[in-house]
Amino acid sequence: MSAESLQYPPEVSLAGVGRMSLSGDWTLAASRLLEINAQKIVEHGSHATSLIIDLQAVSHLDTAGAWVINRAQRELTQARISVALERIRPEYEAMLREAAYRDFHPPPRHRSPLIFDLLVDLGASVVGAFHDFYRGVAFLGEFVSTLAYVAANPKHFRFTALVSHIESIGLRSAPIIILINILVGAIVAQQGIFQLERFGASSLAVDLIGILVLRELGVLLTSIMIAGRSGSAITAEIGSMKMREEIDALRVMGLSANEVLIAPRVLALVCALPILTFIADMSALLGGMVVAWGYGDISPVAFLSLLKAAIAFRTFAVGLIKAPFMALVIGLIAAMDGLATEGSAESLGRQVTSSVVKSIFMVIVLDGLFAMFFAAINY
Amino acid sequence: MTLVDAARSQTEMTNQDGEVIIRVRDLVVGFGEKLVMNRLNLDVYRGEVLGFVGGSGQGKSVLTRAILGLVPIRAGSIEIFGQNRNALDPAHRRALEQRWGVLFQNGALFSGLTVKQNIQMPMREMRQISQKLMDELAMLKIELVGLSIDAADKFPSELSGGMVKRAALARALALDPELLFLDEPTSGLDPIGAAEFDELISTLQHSLGLTVFMVTHDLDSLYSICDRVAALADGKVIAQGPLKNLLESPHPWLKAYFHGVRGGRLTSTFGDYRNS
Repeated sequence: MSAESLQYPPEVSLAGVGRMSLSGDWTLAASRLLEINAQKIVEHGSHATSLIIDLQAVSHLDTAGAWVINRAQRELTQARISVALERIRPEYEAMLREAAYRDFHPPPRHRSPLIFDLLVDLGASVVGAFHDFYRGVAFLGEFVSTLAYVAANPKHFRFTALVSHIESIGLRSAPIIILINILVGAIVAQQGIFQLERFGASSLAVDLIGILVLRELGVLLTSIMIAGRSGSAITAEIGSMKMREEIDALRVMGLSANEVLIAPRVLALVCALPILTFIADMSALLGGMVVAWGYGDISPVAFLSLLKAAIAFRTFAVGLIKAPFMALVIGLIAAMDGLATEGSAESLGRQVTSSVVKSIFMVIVLDGLFAMFFAAINY
Repeated sequence: MTLVDAARSQTEMTNQDGEVIIRVRDLVVGFGEKLVMNRLNLDVYRGEVLGFVGGSGQGKSVLTRAILGLVPIRAGSIEIFGQNRNALDPAHRRALEQRWGVLFQNGALFSGLTVKQNIQMPMREMRQISQKLMDELAMLKIELVGLSIDAADKFPSELSGGMVKRAALARALALDPELLFLDEPTSGLDPIGAAEFDELISTLQHSLGLTVFMVTHDLDSLYSICDRVAALADGKVIAQGPLKNLLESPHPWLKAYFHGVRGGRLTSTFGDYRNS
């Protein structure tokens, strides 16, 4: 309902010196007109020494209307003009009393210079990063001790939960992992053939695909995909459980969230990611083989024999060894951020974002560390 | 007998004079095979506090949500302020929806906004008024519901259960509605807090001229602030009228409700109070 469509807009009419009467609906529905008319009272009233405001013709009054009338009265009184309200309908007296003018002192806001705020933010995020790292290591320790406890008491292990999480994390991600890896394999093959053809070495594209996919791309793409798909889900699940006090409920039953919720999820990730990496490797090689056949005239038989010459078992093993570590990092970050959720929906959103960003970043960092490590040991 | 009948006919007469704000006729609501409301009729009159009772799972909340338009209805009509909400075009529907305020059972405050921003949300969206007036009105509403001024800048997660209810009531009152829906307003409050909240609703109802539709399980609220009570069972309103009529109703559920272990204790004191 806009102000213009109002049936009886609020009005102020002058009735001689020092007297005015109000009419119409003095309600919040009048929007702007309410404030404009309240201003009119003050403007007209300021010429007189005393003022009588007649409220008889007011057809509707709500707290907003009562408030602006009271406020106008107050402003005039401060300018040493005596104001009296007259002929108030009995039902509006309570309203005017409830909305009596009072000074609200909003708590003063501290405004500091922008550069100061920026420096504070920078400092806080550096400290926060160290704090996160510290918490992460502590959380890893807690997780390992939970695993040790579960290993010693196998009947506490939640096997059903593990299987169900492997299904949702592993099986359900397989189609999208296969799809993107076929595409990436195909793209790498096409680019490899296209660029190497100029040197007459298009068959080397097979080496490129084999080594790149098996050592790096397969595991990296899978980890990033899982961080986005399953890491976020884990954070959201655990975060909303935290918000609804489910975590606290577990704790007071003498169960630990680590054992009941986190261990099955992280272990499911650790089981699923190597399998998914293997699927990813095969899909990427398939994509590469198809493109090599169609675009580079390398027949599947030739592709396979070239591939066999280019890679060793350890090329494949390097990729696969990394997978469980990636899974551990993704799972721990997701669980930790989920547990750090506070009461609001906004906080849950923030934690899910932070979980995905952090785990993708850590996956790439970890991959870099592994590259250095394998180079150092000549593997 | 004569006294009760006289009282009944008297209230019926005054009710007939009053304007009907909510008129529900032959309402049918169901989920799948199950009918939750089966040809239900209900009237709410201007200026009254109607307490709405019913067993758990009998569909009190469903009826409230159906009246608010949150649950689709299968048959029947719901008229609010004489208008059938489902037959209105979007602009008029919006206008209608601005004439009511709703207090949800758990507050349903927007968790990402402070109390003040929560209250200003409907004002900001529906009205064009200056920020200064919005601030003042929000503060006024915060004071009206009995919160302290420093609660204004707190987030819902920083409030206690009672404060959440009060803040949610302040938001429901943001646009100065004529009709207020309360879904179990006193649940989760301690007896003192619940009594204060009843008092608050009663005060606001009188000073702001509200009509209140209150779903409640709180027998104390029924005794202290409700003008009329309607009871829901088996998908129908089995009784509506002043509380004393319901107390004397022979319906088995009402008997169990008002004269059971907990109800009986209060009912007997209510009877003493009436006789004295």
